[in-house]
Amino acid sequence: MEHTPPLFRTGLTPLARLMIFAMLSAVLLVADARFNYLTTLRQITGVIVYPLQRLAAAPAAMGDRIADFFVTHGALRRDNQRLTGQNLELAIAAQRTEALHKENAHLRGMLGVREQVPVPSISAEILYAARDPFSRKVMIDRGLQHDIESGRPVVDHVGIIGQVTRTYPWLSEVTLITEKGHLVPVLNVRSGLRAVLAGTGDDGKLELRFIPLTADFQIGDKLVTSGIDGIYPPGLPVAEVIQVERNTAYLFAGIACKPLAGVNAGTQVLVLGPLPAQPERPAETPAAAPQKKKGRS
Amino acid sequence: MAAGPMSPQELLLPVKPGFIVLTLIAALLCNLLPWSGWAMWLVPDFVALIVLYWCIHEPRKIGFLTAWSLGLLMDIADGSLFGQHALAYIILAYAGMALHRRVQRFAMAQQILHVIPLLLFIDLVVLLVRALSGADFPGHTYFLGSFTGAALWPVMTHLLKLPQRPRPDPDRV
Repeated sequence: MEHTPPLFRTGLTPLARLMIFAMLSAVLLVADARFNYLTTLRQITGVIVYPLQRLAAAPAAMGDRIADFFVTHGALRRDNQRLTGQNLELAIAAQRTEALHKENAHLRGMLGVREQVPVPSISAEILYAARDPFSRKVMIDRGLQHDIESGRPVVDHVGIIGQVTRTYPWLSEVTLITEKGHLVPVLNVRSGLRAVLAGTGDDGKLELRFIPLTADFQIGDKLVTSGIDGIYPPGLPVAEVIQVERNTAYLFAGIACKPLAGVNAGTQVLVLGPLPAQPERPAETPAAAPQKKKGRS
Repeated sequence: MAAGPMSPQELLLPVKPGFIVLTLIAALLCNLLPWSGWAMWLVPDFVALIVLYWCIHEPRKIGFLTAWSLGLLMDIADGSLFGQHALAYIILAYAGMALHRRVQRFAMAQQILHVIPLLLFIDLVVLLVRALSGADFPGHTYFLGSFTGAALWPVMTHLLKLPQRPRPDPDRV
């Protein structure tokens, strides 16, 4: 046994050490929560964890690849048939949209409205969902090195899943739209009403805030991004209304929605590139918060 | 004290520092596995468990700095507040070091009764920190992980002691 305790132990007592480290942690917590000072420190530590993060995600990825390899002939044929059908439908839709695009461009030109620029995108893969019970976040395998910045919207093949909130050299953290207090400005496709969709912290549940009791919202209404925030490009599907409650005791209607995109499922996502610059904000509103907007039309 | 809850003391080989590092890395990996759905609530914080284990069994070989750095790594990986896990782990480390003589002498069932309150206490600390920064209470399922963690304690203790058990000497009867 190698531990021969020195006769006169020098150094701090465990309690003193606990206090020192607790103090350090408290400083970090406050610096992070209140002032967001620690971006660089986070990125440096992020580099250290990165190999472990990739290693931990490897078995699942390998399992997927093995499962991919052993696809049956039947499954392939079924997929092929389905995709051919889908392709046909999409081709027809694409032709129609092309005509509409031209018409739209023409009309916009006549009106003198700025052209809508197509948004570039980067494809990424979800590595894992962060194990933080207090928030709804996922990690994706693209980061600063792939020109990802925080604030970029993230979509899957159905619609919006969230927004990049932190970036590391090779990874980034995406806050899902179901995170409590995460806001997305939306537009009701049926009635054209604008609103603000807020996450509740509950998987699969979103709510519309500040909607007057008389506003035209019905169960089954589709909500798409309105694009007035400069963060999310317009027209991307976000959610569907699943419950409308009009209680005259309250000022606003209680409208619950469910996210359309696979917020908790799926691994392939697209990070949408920088959006064309928005016009300057009026001077009295500070430009810091990206999605602070009253949601009434 | 009565002889009942005491476990007979084993004579073990000294643990290799490399082995401790290896288990810590393995615990980090376990925490980073892509858990989802119910597993996310049930799965314990492996790093917390391992830190507690080594602080109880080898308080001289693992220190506050290790526990604290591991906490920072977990904070990055989970995207939680920077310092939250670090705070939790150093409290665990302190409790482990303070209680190590006591816990080691107990039999497994009594050890588990020590582990559950410790894990629940750090859950509470984290809850408090997050509540102060404006998060909601995530529901009672939040505490489940501590119980599964305590349930894993005997298995973990057995596995981690394996490399320390002396090989049976062929010359002895």
